[in-house]
Amino acid sequence: MLSTLLIALSITLMYSAPLTLAAIGGVISERSGVVNIGIEGMMSIGALAGATVGYFTHSAWLGFLCAGLAGGLLALLHAVASITFRADQTVSGIAINLIGPGLSMFLARYFFNGATTTLPVPNKLPKVIDQQNLKVTMFRGLNIDITVLIAFLVVFVTWFVFYQTKWGLRIRAMGEHPAAVDTLGVSVYKSRYACVIISGILAGLGGGTVTLAIISQFTPTAISGQGFIALAAVIFGKWRPFGTYFACLLFGFSQALVIILGDGNVVIPSTLLAMIPYILTIIVLIIFVGRSSAPKASGVPYEKGIR
Amino acid sequence: MEISKKYAVQMRGITKYFGNTKALDSVDLDIEKGEIHAILGENGAGKSTLMNILYGLYSADGGEIYLNGEKVYIKNPNSAIWNGIGMVHQHFMLIEKFSVLQNIVLGNETTDKFGIINMREAKKKVLDIIDKYGMKVDLKKKVKNISVGMQQKVEILKALYRGADILILDEPTAVLVPQEIDELMDVIENLKKDGKTIVIITHKLKEIKKSSQKCTIIRKGKFIECIDVKSESEQSLAEKMVGRKVKLLVDKSKANPGEKVFEIKNLTVKCEKGVERVKNLSLEVHRGEIYGLAGVDGNGQKELLECIISKKYAVSGQILINGKEIQNTSVRNVLNNKVSVIHEDRHKDGAILDMSVADNAILEKYREYPFNQRGFLIYEERDKFTKKLIKEYDIRPVDCEYTKIRNLSGGNQQKLIIGREIANDPELLIAVQPTRGLDVGAIEYVHKTLINLRDKGKAILLISLELDEILSVSDKIGVIYDGSIIGELDQEEADENNVGLLMAGGNKND
Amino acid sequence: MTKSIANFLKKPFICTCIAVFFGCLVACLILLITGYSPAMSLAVMFNAIFSRPKFIVNIILKSTPIILTGISVAFAFKSGLFNIGSEGQYIFSTVISTIVGIVFDFHPIIQIPLVVFSGVFAGALLGGIVGFLKAKFGIHEVITSIMFNWIALYFCNFIANSQMFHKPESDGTYSINPSGFTLLMYDWKFSDDGVRFFKQNPFWGDIILKTDFNVNFLVAVFASILMWVFVYRTRKGYELRVTGLNPIAAENAGINVNKNIIYTMIIAGALSGLAGSLSITGTSSHNVHVLSTFENNGFNGLSVALIAGSSPIGCIFAGLMFSAFIYAGQTLQFKTGAPSEIVNIMIGVIVFFVALVKIIPIIVNRFLEKRGNA
Repeated sequence: MLSTLLIALSITLMYSAPLTLAAIGGVISERSGVVNIGIEGMMSIGALAGATVGYFTHSAWLGFLCAGLAGGLLALLHAVASITFRADQTVSGIAINLIGPGLSMFLARYFFNGATTTLPVPNKLPKVIDQQNLKVTMFRGLNIDITVLIAFLVVFVTWFVFYQTKWGLRIRAMGEHPAAVDTLGVSVYKSRYACVIISGILAGLGGGTVTLAIISQFTPTAISGQGFIALAAVIFGKWRPFGTYFACLLFGFSQALVIILGDGNVVIPSTLLAMIPYILTIIVLIIFVGRSSAPKASGVPYEKGIR
Repeated sequence: MEISKKYAVQMRGITKYFGNTKALDSVDLDIEKGEIHAILGENGAGKSTLMNILYGLYSADGGEIYLNGEKVYIKNPNSAIWNGIGMVHQHFMLIEKFSVLQNIVLGNETTDKFGIINMREAKKKVLDIIDKYGMKVDLKKKVKNISVGMQQKVEILKALYRGADILILDEPTAVLVPQEIDELMDVIENLKKDGKTIVIITHKLKEIKKSSQKCTIIRKGKFIECIDVKSESEQSLAEKMVGRKVKLLVDKSKANPGEKVFEIKNLTVKCEKGVERVKNLSLEVHRGEIYGLAGVDGNGQKELLECIISKKYAVSGQILINGKEIQNTSVRNVLNNKVSVIHEDRHKDGAILDMSVADNAILEKYREYPFNQRGFLIYEERDKFTKKLIKEYDIRPVDCEYTKIRNLSGGNQQKLIIGREIANDPELLIAVQPTRGLDVGAIEYVHKTLINLRDKGKAILLISLELDEILSVSDKIGVIYDGSIIGELDQEEADENNVGLLMAGGNKND
Repeated sequence: MTKSIANFLKKPFICTCIAVFFGCLVACLILLITGYSPAMSLAVMFNAIFSRPKFIVNIILKSTPIILTGISVAFAFKSGLFNIGSEGQYIFSTVISTIVGIVFDFHPIIQIPLVVFSGVFAGALLGGIVGFLKAKFGIHEVITSIMFNWIALYFCNFIANSQMFHKPESDGTYSINPSGFTLLMYDWKFSDDGVRFFKQNPFWGDIILKTDFNVNFLVAVFASILMWVFVYRTRKGYELRVTGLNPIAAENAGINVNKNIIYTMIIAGALSGLAGSLSITGTSSHNVHVLSTFENNGFNGLSVALIAGSSPIGCIFAGLMFSAFIYAGQTLQFKTGAPSEIVNIMIGVIVFFVALVKIIPIIVNRFLEKRGNA
């Protein structure tokens, strides 16, 4: 019983780590006033970059770093379109979602002789608690990646920056009333650029988490929909760091439920079990959330001096 | 005038384009240190633009700025702040979800290491300023929960907190009740005594007479003249502002009210949070009468209107049109019962900005014959109707039926909307702030149209925050305070003082 | 003169052309950097599209579902809704059509409408639920749509693996009964007469015999014209456009915004559903199979709608272009070894520039003003 619980906990945390990283990215971008629907694409390119660099350099950490950079680079594209050129942020985001996976598979084929699956990385990211090394047999089943810790740290730091520091105050203000921030002499453009790029970096790290901690290679289905789930988590969590984290945990938990229920003697087809997380999300939304309010200026391009 | 240290601000030859239109054409401005200087002009004359340039929000296409006799380049609000300029915008630049203190320090936070905000120091500084100028503000409250008058004080505090010596106030009294205006004038007086220079942008003549020493008049982007306020009458100020003879008073005959058309009985409405915003409110409007509902913003006007048009349901009470109950039905049903509304914010509530003028003209008629025949829209009928409105209401440009309504001037947009609503042949017309943001010519036109409609025997409910408008147009005046009508007066007995007192929640018989 | 250039650049069609141009340009650059010859690649792609009648027909056939999902997304856009659930509606529709097509076997006159409408109904149902959840509980349509996409995917896998429908030794279900096929000349082309005819006329053989020659494209064209008329010429269409552009003013004008949200999602879902059921009736293997991930028939509709600037008629051309690119991409990889995903990048870049070109006229105007004022 205990071991089942521990396994459930481990799976929950494992699945929620990449979602958390990406979703917190979404929170940061949206709170600053830029809708980032392109998270999926940024995760995808991060996953590829992580796996590729990890494979060639034998360093998972270097791969992880590059995953973030790749995501940030793609986010820069989104920032240019939506901030400098005031383009439709949804359209730009969708474009990112097309470019990201396309580019990552293109590059996979380029670096790995035409295969869309990269070769496994020699070293995965380390684990904080590895069930194989656990001395206390009672806790066997507990298995925690370092990315789980990183994800939590990111949530905490984001919360701290948002609510305790001047930058957070400004970012939150910017998503509500950018003109007000501008009249106080804080550059909305620059800050939004920073937020969107950070959001991309986090999404990229989320992608890297998948290919460097969970599985050990990039496959065409490594990132399939996590970015959108992260997006849902942002709305679900009402654009708050810990709310969003909770949404990601819930999602990870329902994945764990699927695996544990599928493992036992319950005669439910795995395909039906797999629907649980999604159905659960909708039910939870109906019961608990209802009308959630996005940051007021989110999605609206800001133009200085427009009357 | 030469450039001199005597002047806090001097602007020379300021020119600014918006697209192809010249918003400012070589405007000069001289403001002496420690004076209260008004900038007078109609809506759209360019006075706000001029001040936004001084504050670094817009960059001028030509001209120079001198502060205390020295040439400065103000590229952005930061350098304006650094130069000791502060500005209170007409539409407040406040974050509603933030507390008063957070709003004041935003962008200029006092912090410990690592950017961690430390409010203690900031709070002390703000409290000092509050004490010095006698402004009472609760720093802990969220901005969305304080009155507009308070919000304005927060804006002034924001500027002073940043060490402003020159304070620009853009239409500061637009949203205030007379008593709040008096309070504001006291604060301004205090600031002046302390050696601050105040610039007030306004189109209200009374205030200029009351507050300012000097006044610069701008018309259609051009500098007209800088005058001594004491030596001018209100009438001559008005004529200089508009550039022709104007009537300050609305021309109208005495009302001849007929039978009761519209009645609200003991209406109570709650807002989303479950707080009662309209409390046991009753009023009636008769045929051939303009009922002016005066009141400070946020006293339940919004909820009242939403409830009348059934966007929001009443907790209790009745709304009757010609004796028929219409409360708690649907917007469609209310419109079908011949209630028409000219909404407050035409961009948000009344017009579809990205649709053509013609499509906007049929917004409430598209279901009816002849516009809709067997489910299809008949464009010829739509265009015919639109052309009729354009002609009847003198909407310009005359061939605008396929232009997006976004590209029309505010006055012409409003004319179309008024025309559209009157074409519904309403039993009751509700006009909410119908002249907001319009120039003097358009205001005259709107008022005249309302009075004509009244003379045709229609009932009109005018909801306005502008006391002047209420006083000059209405036949009967009701004051809404905290969700109830706390006093009703006939036009003859109403004046700024007694209505103003009611608006502030005072008793009629005090 | 300069003014007319600005007006010219404002035309949506020209904007799209500029975006496509940049898309190709970026794709060529990437090919160049990775060591493939852009000129040759373009030539190969051009050939892949135009060199044989069969190719053109296949492209037209493949474009059908994405044209329809494109119209679905575009239509929802017009009413201010983002139908990212087109993918799920499509999948759900294919599953339901397949089930109905297997279970029943009537005369084609009944069978075809039955199968098609069951799919349309399935899509409409899914869309309707999303609309209902938004109207009733205010839950953002994007979240529910994303969830339903996954639910539909797993539902598809459930049916494909189920005892009742799973075809042994395959990864899918049985095919639907041939009475539900919407192929043209299906019986005739494999008859003796047909075989003889195609021997003498290889051109027609290429078009009819070697493809799933069907009526679906015509249905898609008809649907897009119908939707254009609906959106721009009918009372309800006007109402939906008003709701999309300004829901507050719409409500003030007596329009029931919540009801319209549900209507819109039902219609959008039905269109995606139509795309799904036509794929089952019109293209082999006339069944559904286990999906490891999305096949993007709905997501591609998103790009089609964006490239088409949300115009239903534009979706036909955008869909054809999209389909041609995908088709050419596969040939490109086969012939030159350049990864076919270059096409996805290209389409992504096109959509990216679609977002950017909207502001070209603004930039041009500014530029002209500056010069005019100087």
